[in-house]
Amino acid sequence: MKHIHRVFVANRGEIALRIVNACEELGLETVVGTSDVDRNGLAARRADRSVCIGPAPAAQSYLRDDLVVQAALGTECDAIHPGYGFLSESPKLASRARENGLTFVGPPAEVIALSGDKLRAREEAAQAGVPILPGEQVESAAQADEVAQRIGYPLLVKAAGGGGGRGIKLARDADELDALLSLARSEAGAAFGDERLYLERFIAAARHVEVQIAADAHGDVVHLGERDCSVQRRYQKVIEEAPAPVLEPATRDAIRGAAVTFAQAIGYQNLGTVEFVLDTDTGEYYFLEINCRIQVEHPVTEAVTGRDLVVLQLQIADGEPLNFTQDEVTIDGHAIECRLNAEDVAHGFMPSPGTLSLFAVPDWPQLRVDSHLFPGAVIPPYYDSLMAKLIVRADDRDSAIDVLLDALEDVDVEGVETNRTLLISVLGHDDFRRGAVTTDWLERAIV
Amino acid sequence: MALSAEDVREILRIIDESDLTELQIETEGFSLHVRKGGGEAGGSGRPRARSVSQGAEVGRPSGAPEAPASPPTPEDERDGLVTIPAPMLGTFYRAEAPGQPPFVEVGRRVEPDTIVCIIEVMKMMNSVPAGVSGTIAEVVAENAELVEYGEPLFRVEPET
Repeated sequence: MKHIHRVFVANRGEIALRIVNACEELGLETVVGTSDVDRNGLAARRADRSVCIGPAPAAQSYLRDDLVVQAALGTECDAIHPGYGFLSESPKLASRARENGLTFVGPPAEVIALSGDKLRAREEAAQAGVPILPGEQVESAAQADEVAQRIGYPLLVKAAGGGGGRGIKLARDADELDALLSLARSEAGAAFGDERLYLERFIAAARHVEVQIAADAHGDVVHLGERDCSVQRRYQKVIEEAPAPVLEPATRDAIRGAAVTFAQAIGYQNLGTVEFVLDTDTGEYYFLEINCRIQVEHPVTEAVTGRDLVVLQLQIADGEPLNFTQDEVTIDGHAIECRLNAEDVAHGFMPSPGTLSLFAVPDWPQLRVDSHLFPGAVIPPYYDSLMAKLIVRADDRDSAIDVLLDALEDVDVEGVETNRTLLISVLGHDDFRRGAVTTDWLERAIV
Repeated sequence: MALSAEDVREILRIIDESDLTELQIETEGFSLHVRKGGGEAGGSGRPRARSVSQGAEVGRPSGAPEAPASPPTPEDERDGLVTIPAPMLGTFYRAEAPGQPPFVEVGRRVEPDTIVCIIEVMKMMNSVPAGVSGTIAEVVAENAELVEYGEPLFRVEPET
């Protein structure tokens, strides 16, 4: 590494630990910025140093770009890695870092701002010749009715400032649309500081397919294959896999190509994920959005490509050109990840914080476990409920499912409720085995 | 029992206007657990955010902001001194500007609203009050250095 020597990790949980490990791999020093309740977290203990940036509520710590930059400067870091969630897609953090001479490990602020504006991103995709769903911004109830008639019901009401599954509502008919429009607008304003809404056609039988791309600062863009994340609950992913199962080779190539085209069109830099919805009835695919961060599910891509994506992020941020070509990207075998969450499935997936009196996961060569937890660790109530990601790579999809099922049977957690049995039900289900799962399947067939 | 988003908003509005700090409703197929503001009340270990476990998505209503938490002021058990902790992360300055006398020195009497230092966050200067009555016994933090949230800045001999 030429310019980066000490990295400030502006995140918590498993991803903070993941970043610390990647930095260690590259011989970089790390400083983890924690909230008051995360002072004794595993990431903070593994890092060269940790600093407490604020109280437990994220709005007073992990979401404060001013504190993050101040802490990075005060600990003489030269780069900030934002992880995922929190400030990872904040143009403000990216520009503030740059103004203070720090390298932001992610795309430039302007690209993040464009990507965060889902309406602008749609326009850019259309201009680049990437298919988008019929849709349009709506400003009044009357106009919404008119647009809805053109698009047809059911349709989705989406917040322009949303993304990542947030700010989306389904309207099955005109009455539902009328009923939710003003609430959607005020919620969008409150949650994203942006009241703009747009309507988009809803694909009933949809798969979520996303392409991992990597772009260096010298104009080179490659993809690292795609992932399928169709097992979702309320637009939040539960199980992810790579490569996408049951996909026509021509469609697979087209989606991968579209992702690279889009990334080039917007001057993308660093790692990103271009998300598509695949209509399983017609085989058509449509651009959804681009995510400017490392994804939770990045390990499945690492498992089948053999590349360390967080290391790659840091190398690109340091100005290094990509050290491999598209032809050198190979997909070997099949990988599946499931997210073990501290939540009470029987009670509406209520988060289940608490102290882990027992936390045991198997230690197998085929299994990778990304987790920040250990027996005695506390899962605080302030943040998301992700406890661990279990990732299996095998020669084929069936074997990967089998090993992951065995692994989940061996997971032992006491002290909090988890979604372990739900994960077992999904992986053990015939529909999942056949690769016949669409994005509405989990809530329809299991929950 | 099917609740619309409108119903949920109405429930939240009623709770907001009441003196309740915490409410749990459970009927068949529906449970609602609400806790107001940033209060520390209750010890159920449940999340402090409002959570609604049926259909509707409800965010924190405007007008009910989380109260800014301030770090505790632990009393040192050895010598009865109390600590003034950093209320935020930032650069610690003992004086208004370079060359000026420090806000407080050892031996200086302070009231809860006496300004004892400045903490700078991204060019924003934040005055820090003592928060206690007593006499400054020790200046713990180094001038112009980064202090963490909650880090001891001063130790004070409290008034008895």
